[in-house]
Amino acid sequence: MTAPLPNNLNSADALVLYGESFASRLLLGTSRYPSPQVLENAVQASNPAMITVSLRRQGSSTAESHSGFWELLKKMAVPVLPNTAGCHSPQEVITTAQMAREVFETDWIKLELIGDDYTLQPDTLRLVQTAETLIKDGFKVLPYCTEDLILCQRLVDIGCQAVMPWAAPIGTGQGPLNPYALKLLRDRLKVPLLVDAGLGLPSHACTVMEWGFDGVLLNTAVALAEDPVVMATAFTKAVDAGRAAYLSGAMKPQASAQASTPLVGTPFWHQS
Amino acid sequence: MRVIVNQVEHEVPSQSMISDVLSLIDARPPYAVAVNMNFVPKTDHAKHLLNENDHIEVITPVTGG
Repeated sequence: MTAPLPNNLNSADALVLYGESFASRLLLGTSRYPSPQVLENAVQASNPAMITVSLRRQGSSTAESHSGFWELLKKMAVPVLPNTAGCHSPQEVITTAQMAREVFETDWIKLELIGDDYTLQPDTLRLVQTAETLIKDGFKVLPYCTEDLILCQRLVDIGCQAVMPWAAPIGTGQGPLNPYALKLLRDRLKVPLLVDAGLGLPSHACTVMEWGFDGVLLNTAVALAEDPVVMATAFTKAVDAGRAAYLSGAMKPQASAQASTPLVGTPFWHQS
Repeated sequence: MRVIVNQVEHEVPSQSMISDVLSLIDARPPYAVAVNMNFVPKTDHAKHLLNENDHIEVITPVTGG
């Protein structure tokens, strides 16, 4: 299911996850689009590093409405990142991941272990042990987690080579709710950090990239836009802009004003 | 014997394998299978013997976030 890297990969600033390089710092979800064609167009417009996918019971209404999805995946030829969405126990996660590995022929897994059905926040108390089991089974784990520093550090300690803290609850589009904690993560952790969940606007994505985050993963913000294809493009530009801003070394905010235009030679100065 | 496939009960002959159940429900690739919460690779589908009240999950790719 993985596609060859694009020829225009800028290796100098590629996103590197588990030793693999990606030209884009945007990961895009595939759910909730108005149609498969719109999904395909949005993926084409944004050229994401990976697209997230899932697994559901064959014969269910979900699976039946996705009957052409497998063919579309092959057509799009973008690396896939299967998720364990809907899993509430470590065993569910592990079994789902193993099934995903067989079906999608990839070791990549977005680890979702849900602790609350209203907020869809991760079960932080069992996330680390679950990630460790998957790591030992050879998976490249991208754990969906909260912005808790200790949790993220423990995920790194057991072998996760990247972590994905949320900005806000999945699908809410609220943007980063805890900038302090997210900035602290960036300051303390040296692994790639991708903000996953809760982004709603390209400016949200740009902001976290300006803070030094390595990428973003989003779905609803594009899929539920009135024009998902244009929004996908906007997010791509926002991610690029934020990354460039971070690399360029932005000025530090100052408390007092300082004129940009030189004062010497100002006409009418001291004229009473 | 009784087995449950994707939460639906089925009566199958004793000594049935996973592959027999997949034929019964007309499973179409791509799919993956778990029995009683444990993944069973496709290489074992024709030799994994099922037991009474086994819970079988047959899942297929769908969109995801």
